[in-house]
Formats: sequence, structure tokens, C-alpha cells
Amino acid sequence: MRRGMLLILAAFCCSLAAPALAASEARHPHPQAWSFAKPLGTFDQASVQRGYQVYEEVCSACHSLSALSYRNLGDKGGPFAAYRAKNHETGAEEVRIGPSAHGGKFISPNDNPAVKAIAAKFDVSEIDGTTGDIVQRPARPADRFASPFVNEAAARAANGGAYPPDLSVITRARHGGADYIYALLTGYGEAPPPGVEEVPGKHYNPYFRGGWVAMAPQLTPDRVSFTDGSPSTPDQMARDVASFLEWAGDPKAELRKKMGVAVLGYLLALTLLLFFAYRQIWRGEKH
Amino acid sequence: MSGPSTYVPGSAFERWLDQRLPIMRLAHDSFLAFPTPRNLNYWYTFGGILSFALVVQIVTGIVLAMHYVPSISGAFASVQRIERDVPFGWLVQNIHSVGASMFFLAVYIHMLRGLYYGSYKAPREILWILGVVIYLLMMATAFMGYVLPWGQMSFWGATVITNLFSAIPVVGDPIKLWLLGGFATDNATLNRFFSLHYLLPFMIFGVVVLHIWALHVPGNNNPLGVDVKSPADTVPFHPYYTVKDAFAMAVFVLLFAAFVFYAPDSLGHPDNLIPANPLVTPAEIVPEWYLLPFYAILRAIPDKLGGVLAMFGSIGVLFILPWLDTSKVRSMRFRPLARWGFVLFVGVCLALGWCGGQLPDKAVYQSGRYVQTFEYRTAAGAIATGAISARTSAELERRAHAEEARIGAAMITMHASVAPFQIKVVQLSQMLTLYYFGFFLLLLPILGLIERPGRVPDTIAKAVLKDAATAERSA
Ligand code: HEC
Ligand code: HEM
Repeated sequence: MRRGMLLILAAFCCSLAAPALAASEARHPHPQAWSFAKPLGTFDQASVQRGYQVYEEVCSACHSLSALSYRNLGDKGGPFAAYRAKNHETGAEEVRIGPSAHGGKFISPNDNPAVKAIAAKFDVSEIDGTTGDIVQRPARPADRFASPFVNEAAARAANGGAYPPDLSVITRARHGGADYIYALLTGYGEAPPPGVEEVPGKHYNPYFRGGWVAMAPQLTPDRVSFTDGSPSTPDQMARDVASFLEWAGDPKAELRKKMGVAVLGYLLALTLLLFFAYRQIWRGEKH
Repeated sequence: MSGPSTYVPGSAFERWLDQRLPIMRLAHDSFLAFPTPRNLNYWYTFGGILSFALVVQIVTGIVLAMHYVPSISGAFASVQRIERDVPFGWLVQNIHSVGASMFFLAVYIHMLRGLYYGSYKAPREILWILGVVIYLLMMATAFMGYVLPWGQMSFWGATVITNLFSAIPVVGDPIKLWLLGGFATDNATLNRFFSLHYLLPFMIFGVVVLHIWALHVPGNNNPLGVDVKSPADTVPFHPYYTVKDAFAMAVFVLLFAAFVFYAPDSLGHPDNLIPANPLVTPAEIVPEWYLLPFYAILRAIPDKLGGVLAMFGSIGVLFILPWLDTSKVRSMRFRPLARWGFVLFVGVCLALGWCGGQLPDKAVYQSGRYVQTFEYRTAAGAIATGAISARTSAELERRAHAEEARIGAAMITMHASVAPFQIKVVQLSQMLTLYYFGFFLLLLPILGLIERPGRVPDTIAKAVLKDAATAERSA
């Protein structure tokens, strides 16, 4: 009987793991070899940096990223985190952008030169304290990412009635996460299966729910020229922007996974200790 | 508490306190010296685990409420702020959302344990009923909590569930209006749900106190279901059960932490990370996993009022369970038929949960394919018959379109399609619902009268010593 109850419990846990509802007719995205996919995986910061460039130069024309501020780009674990370190050859102090391979002093995102330069490219509106007028000024690291449209209606009007969703948590708001973003961006160009009716103004993409998406193909070859010299292929750009959006949606993932190791290790030791305490106390008591 | 108090004040201060507020005596008699059957297994550790889970939810919830913004324009963004900008907010938020699932996992095990060992029978009826009250409050709390992030599932879940009440004749619509605070799911709804979501856990806490009080009057039942007859049957709660509960709790927290740190989103629905939009209905509206069995029962009944009654009835029947089970034997260990009825019942609940997550029209069993025949004129001018088939009706329709396009003007007639024999999710749910109610309303009343139970041991001590002796001999 006891074994029966355990089996039931196991079955119960399995039924939890099963996806609650099969997603509708869309094709399943293929799993990609992401550096962050493994339980202890980390972000490939060079890829996240390039992904930011793709977002800035392409996607930000239509999609907002409202949960992020420019300063987040320079947070610890962010793509443009900056560290002040001594150059071992020249002995001069210098600022390094990106993960600190050799340590160094973390620079607050508000003073981070890369982040300040990025923010300054955008204008944000604010209310002038003396006149009450709405005025434009260059963004600072503390400002939220500028949105391309003032509201949803304006976004729809500019996109043939379709709404380009905010991308802040898009990888967590779709089955398949980053795999889906990659598949969606590279999934254009296939002819629809025979018998499927064409939808005017939309583009066939088998990974999109229903097959017809209002977003035209975005990542044509050489759409951006990467500052680090990486090839500007649609595949590379899609991979990088998906990495960036994964980071943007879950910026604490690295910290979370690292902390998890310590917490689970501690709990495991505690559990073993309690088990031996239990055996010790019950020794000699029949039960 | 059961039996005379064994508390001896250890110091002058404790003696002074004991004469004014005997709180140390209460704690000593309830949680240290409390005589507890020596044969409680790990299924008995879930009460303690639930107490822990309740405290975790309350503490994390209070912290979240300091940062959460209860308004339809601010709620979604404030949850993102908590995850991104509040120090360790991501951790608190993950613990609270994963914690709700862990709480329900524990409560289902706790309830099934009570069902299997007959813990609802005399003299523990009130204890059981208080448990069902807790469970109802938990469901209400979880439902309202899920609405707070104001994602798509929050909004549409609130809309669908409150709409159920309008099925009740006469008072239904006023109740719905009162729940929503208006004619539609809106800011007023969110505000009152937040208020109630903060209140109900403390009501649960109050009922838990009554629950434990009601437990400590007759004392624990146990896996043999026989009453405690002498001190030889028991051990003091401390240190024997404090350490056993602590060990089980640590294992539970391990599982809890694995979800919090490595799969925090896996128990939720991705659609709830899309901000609520009253103009866009999600492709599927599903509740959280722990409410899926009831959702399946609701949808199994084709009539709206009938579905609502069946859903509430499925919990209502638990209130009268102590009087439905006619067997004199508590533990199903000694009930050869009821035990298999129980195993099937657990399977049925899991299957109902599965059904609740599927589209009602989906086929679970299908004997063959959809077929469609048509007539067309061949190039030679003769009339020929063609046929296409597919596994699903949508696929068949697509093929039919393609076929029509291919044959063009030579097509004469397209016959209606023929569906294969199917059992759909809704029909499976109906069968499962039938067993769910049949188990309580027919099986348990009848089995108690006709079943011949196995030999129940006289005392716990005797059974435990005999087991230990056979174990030693076989070792
Ligand atoms: C010209 C405007 C435009 C640009 C530029 C653009 N998109 Fe879109 N995007 C849209 C529109 C419009 C939709 C809504 C599509 C629909 O609902 O059919 C959309 C939808 C999406 C979706 C959601 C698909 C879903 O499952 O609902 C994602 C993800 C997305 N875009 C990513 C991107 C990325 C990444 C980029 C940059 C490489 C980008 N978009 C650039 C207009 C744009
Ligand atoms: C917040 C939720 C709950 C808490 C904190 C809680 C707590 C406890 C505790 C501490 C015990 C004693 C230890 C044990 O037997 O596990 C207990 C026993 C019991 N509980 Fe609960 N409980 C909760 C919910 C429920 C529910 C929902 C039910 C049933 C519908 C229930 C039914 C019982 C019964 C019947 C017993 C006695 C078991 C026996 O002695 O065999 N409880 N509960």
C-alpha cells in the first residue's frame, strides 16, 4: 500500500510537469544551444551587447521596453556593466565594459560612460518647472527606456491595426521563450501550406499563432553592422536579440542560479543532519 | 488538552507567570509533552509543513504588499518593479508565487491522508470540517491572489469565475455585481480582491488555531486507526515528533527551493506575463493547476447552473463525509475494498486535473479518421469518386480546400464529412465526475455495510512490537 501511495505521488508530480494546455496550431520552435539554458548557465554578455544593438537599431522603432531603465544596462550582470581596473602593462587606471574577468571596482550605472552615452541618444519629455510646458531633454541613465509611441492607439495606427507588444518580459510571456523569439524572427519566407488562405497585409510565419503575423520580416542581411565585427547574418542578429530579450526579461537569473547552489547545498546539509538526529532520537523506540 | 497537565514551572518567574497567564503550560502540554501515537508515518508530517507554508505566505505577502500598487494601471508594472528594483524582491516574489503551489501540494496530501486513515470519523468530525473550511478559504485566497498581477489570466480568470455566480437564480446577478464592484472586471474589482487577499490568510490562521485545538482534544488518529489505550501507545511530541517533522519539513523546503531558484515560472501560465487587456480574449483561459479538477467538473456539466452546483457540491460533499462513511473501521489499511476505491479516487482526481487543462472538445480516444468523399468529372468526361481523410477536422477542412482548388471546375459535389467515433475531454470529465461523487455518495455508504474488514490490532503498541519482531526475524 505504501508503495501504491508513493506511485500516486510520483504520478501527481509528473502531471504537474506536463504543460497545462497544448499551444494552438503553431509550429514548435526548435531548442537552441543557449548559454543560459542550462540550470547553471550564464548569459553570453558579448551576445547580449550585440542584441541590445539590434534592439536599439531595429526593434525599438516599434516595440517599447518599458520595465527597463537605461541604468539597468550597467547593472551588475548587465551587458554594459563597467569596472575600473589597473592596466597591468601601462599601470594606468582604465574603465572596462562588460563582465570583469580580472575583478576591478564596479562603477555605479549612473556614472557608467557606456550607459550615459546610450541614454543620451534618446529624448524624453518632462514638465518644465517654471513654464509648465512639456519639453524634451536627452535621457539620463535613471530614465526609463523611451517608447516609440505615446500610446497603444498610436502604435496600432502606425502598424496597420496590429499592436507591437512591449518586449520587457516577452521571453517569459510566450511558450518556448528565447527559442520562440529566434524562430519567429528567422521563420519567414516559407510558402503557406496548400489550402491556407492568404491574409492581406500579413506575413506567413509558421511559428506565430495562427500563421499570419502583422510584423514584416525585420532581420534582413546586414541590417545592423556590429561594432565587434561579428557577421551581420539574420541568424546571428536573431540569436543575439533573443539573448538580449532573455536577459531583459529575467535580469536576476544569474544571481538567482548562483544563490540557488548555496541555498540548496545548505538545505541538503541541514536535511542530512536532521535525518541523523531523527535516527538518533528514535533509536530504541519502536514505531 | 487531553490528560492532566505535566507542566512544572522551572523558575520563580515561570511560577509567577503561570498563576496569571498559563501560556507556558499551554505550550508545554500542546507541543512538548503532548502524548502522540508512536506509529505516525511521514504522511502525518504535512500538518506541520502546512503551518510552515502558511507563515511563509503571510510573511512574504506582507513584504510584497509594501511595494505592490493595487490599481489597474499600476499593478503589472509594480510587480516588475518588485522583481527588478526592490532588493531581493525577485526572491520574495518567487517564494510567494511558488509557495502557493507548494501550499496546495501539501494540503492535497494532507487531505488524502485524512481520507485514507479515516481521520474524519468520530470523534474528529469537527477537526475535519474545520479543515474543509480552511481549504475553501485557501481556494478563495489563491484565486484572488492570482488576479493581483493584472495579467491576461488574472483578468480573464476573474471575469470567468465571477460570471459563474450569475448562473444562480434571483440572487446571482446581484452577487456578481457585488463581487466585481461594478458591471465589469475593473479597478474596483482589483481593489477589493487585494483587500480580501490580505484579510483571508489571517482568517485561515484563526481557523488553523481552532483546527489544532480540535486535534488536541481527541489527539491524533494514526495509520492503524485504533484509539490510544495506554501510555505504551504514545511518545511525547517533543523530541520525537519535533525532529521527525523538522526532517520532513527540510525535504519539503528542498523541493520548494528547487522551484524558487531553478524553475520559478514553470508552475504559472505565460499569458499572465501579458498585461491585462479587456479587448483581447486569450486563446485558452485556464486556472492554476491546483484548481483544474474543479474546473473540469464545472465544464463536465453542459448546463451552467448545473456546472456551478456540481463544482461547489464537490467540496460541499466533504462537509458531510463523516456521516456518509458507514464503516466502523477507521483506517483503510484494514478495508480491502475501500482501499482500492480510494486508489481509484486519487487517480480520478489527477485525471480530472488533466481534463481541466485541455480544450473540452479535444478527443482523448478516436477510432479512425475523418473522411470526406466527393464526385468530380474526369478529363474523359466520366464521373469519378474521390475521398480524403485526416486525423482532425481542421486538417480535413484544409485538405478539402486544397482538393477543391486542385480539381477546380471539374468538381461536382462535396459530401458532408464523416467523423470517427470519439471520446472527448468533456465526456471523459463526465465519467470521472460521476466516480468522484459516486465514491462519496454510494461507495463509502454501501461498502461500510457489506465489506468484511481485515483484523484490526487491539493496540498500537502490540502492532508496533509485532512488526518490529517480524522485521528482526526476516533481517
Ligand atoms: C515596423 C515595426 C516593427 C519592428 C521594427 C519590429 N516589430 Fe515586432 N512586431 C510588430 C508588430 C506590428 C507586431 C504584432 C504582430 C501581430 O500581432 O500580428 C510585432 C510582434 C512582435 C512579437 C510578438 C509575437 C507574438 O508572439 O505575439 C515579437 C516577439 C516581436 N515582434 C519581436 C521583434 C523584434 C525582436 C524586433 C527587432 C528585431 C521587432 N519585433 C521589430 C512590429 C515591429
Ligand atoms: C492551512 C492549512 C492546514 C493546516 C496548517 C493544518 C494543520 C494541521 C496539523 C498541524 C495537524 C496535526 C499534524 C498532522 O496530522 O499532520 C492536522 C491534522 C489534521 N488535519 Fe489539518 N491543516 C490544514 C488543512 C487541513 C484541511 C484542508 C483538512 C481537510 C479537509 C485537514 C484535515 C485534518 C485532519 C482530519 C487532521 C487529523 C489527522 C489525524 O489525526 O489523522 N487539515 N492539521
